[in-house]
Amino acid sequence: MNGSALTAAQAGLVSCETCDLLSRAATPAQPGHCPRCGAPLQSRRHQSIQYTWALVIAAAIFYVPANMLPVLTTNTLGSSESDTIMSGVIYLYTSGSWPLALIVLIASIMIPMGKIVALAYLLITVQRGSIKNNRDRSRLYRLVELIGRWSMLDVFVDTFVVALVQLEPLMSVQPGPGVLFFMSVVVLTMLAAQSFDPRLIWDAGRRRQVGHG
Amino acid sequence: METVACPGCDLVQRIPPLPPRGKARCPRCGHVLATQSSDPLDRPLALTIAALIVFVIVNTTPMMGLSAVGREASTTLLGGAHQMWLQGREITAAVVAFCTVIAPAVYLLCMLAVLLAVRRPPAPKWVGELLRWAHFMRPWSMHEVLMLGVLVALVKIAQLATVIAGIGMYAVFVLIFLLAAIAVSFDSREVWNRVEWVADEPRPFRRDATSGTEAAR
Repeated sequence: MNGSALTAAQAGLVSCETCDLLSRAATPAQPGHCPRCGAPLQSRRHQSIQYTWALVIAAAIFYVPANMLPVLTTNTLGSSESDTIMSGVIYLYTSGSWPLALIVLIASIMIPMGKIVALAYLLITVQRGSIKNNRDRSRLYRLVELIGRWSMLDVFVDTFVVALVQLEPLMSVQPGPGVLFFMSVVVLTMLAAQSFDPRLIWDAGRRRQVGHG
Repeated sequence: METVACPGCDLVQRIPPLPPRGKARCPRCGHVLATQSSDPLDRPLALTIAALIVFVIVNTTPMMGLSAVGREASTTLLGGAHQMWLQGREITAAVVAFCTVIAPAVYLLCMLAVLLAVRRPPAPKWVGELLRWAHFMRPWSMHEVLMLGVLVALVKIAQLATVIAGIGMYAVFVLIFLLAAIAVSFDSREVWNRVEWVADEPRPFRRDATSGTEAAR
């Protein structure tokens, strides 16, 4: 960056995360409250890296049972059949609606996995003080924030299938234990994206600049 | 001109006056700093009232129904969550209800209160608090995801029984457009400019645009 680029933190200023007002920090350690909206001020989100790691690791653990355990169990006159998320995708594909199969595959399997990998990548590069590809990493973060909610798709699908197909004693559908884990993965990765502070991506360059100068 | 720090990378910069429908992006990280709406308060207010009406329709009419072997069934949005609860998935049911009913309801009601209150500046202090709630609820209100979910569910059930898309589903479709239109036409900067400040001290950081001197104490 050019020499005139100045961050708020360098200037002893702090930007309110609620109303975007730029104000002077009372002290760097305890910036106080925003004079306009009263929200507590912080230069960077509190313990952003630790919180985000904790949520990402929890999501990665839950991702396993979310995909292994059944999300739907169909009971038809004496026989019952369990579906995981992946077998649901295959079912959609074989029943001839491959566009929907693709949508569910992307939303339920690829997006959660991609989010976990992307957030881990952002955390590792920030912790190693990387100054490469800052703009692309910022873009990646915005993408993670934007697409995260779409993974909730399968939870809604399961809810409506369960709600409608209750034709006792002919056929009924019950939600499986996988739904809870899957939903947890979506919520945890959304919270992880919210707790990550994208400004940390750019802080490494500043430290390096200070180190050289 | 307003001096801000980019929420995406903390770079201090000034937002130039924007043309209508203009957008200011941070030159360093590309974060959208500001958008200029031609009508930042009245239009979102009208859209919010419309969205609240449609929201009531979404929640009171059936989303979808089915008929098989002479039997019929239909479900509303909350009916779906309720069935999930009865099947022993209480937490999942609560999250479904939160993302489809509670979060959008809080968002729309907060927006309504904010947009009504800022019509006569200075707006009271609680406006900021409500705007913060609305901002918090926005990512958790998932009608567009719900819409797609209902469509996938319809296709899945269509293998087993005859399915009927309910009025609620069409209403969700309308609601998605209204919510997107609110987001596009609303400008939170306009609200913050009209809100009464919580404190006089410490003084905000401000630069006088003409002389370039710092007005901060």
